[in-house]
Amino acid sequence: MEWIDFSLWFLIALTALCLLRVIMGPTVGDRVVAIDIMGIIVVGICVVLAIRTGKSFLIDIGIAWIILSFIGTITMAKYLERRKLNE
Amino acid sequence: MNEFISNIMIGIGLLFSFFGCLGLIRLPDIYNRLQSATKCVTLGACCILLSLVIRYGFNDIGIKALIAIPILFFTSTSGAHALLKGSHISGFKMWGKSVTDHYSDDTLGKEEETTEKS
Repeated sequence: MEWIDFSLWFLIALTALCLLRVIMGPTVGDRVVAIDIMGIIVVGICVVLAIRTGKSFLIDIGIAWIILSFIGTITMAKYLERRKLNE
Repeated sequence: MNEFISNIMIGIGLLFSFFGCLGLIRLPDIYNRLQSATKCVTLGACCILLSLVIRYGFNDIGIKALIAIPILFFTSTSGAHALLKGSHISGFKMWGKSVTDHYSDDTLGKEEETTEKS
């Protein structure tokens, strides 16, 4: 169980690194990339929490988080491309 | 035994995620950061999900993790591709020491056509 706790804290530290890039990113694209990567790491945190507690609904939270992060990334990509959403 | 293998898989996933975040911090350019971070972190999260499958077998938890792996794989990579194309069209500058840019060479003639249409 100690190894699970260590991996949990390690993943939380990695999200802090991604937030550092969000704060000091020079352009909009860097911030969007960092938010996307942070979403994938949060899925890892959900999975490690599911191992620790043994509850299965945390994987559902992870899947919903993946899909919401994908929609946000696509929306920001279309905004950067300067087109309409239905094109 | 299953727990041991699953702990090793979690370690591999942590290592890949750490290298991805290191690339996100250290690399100089948005394109370099995107290609480093997306590949490494996606593989790391897939390894952690696979460790869940190994630890619990085909329970409800294992089946849900097995479903989540292809969703994560396809959505993450296609989102990164769309973001890369959008940021290239938006005109973010590449690193000064980059040697080639095939995408702008390919789309140089097409953009004039689209501007004529609109």
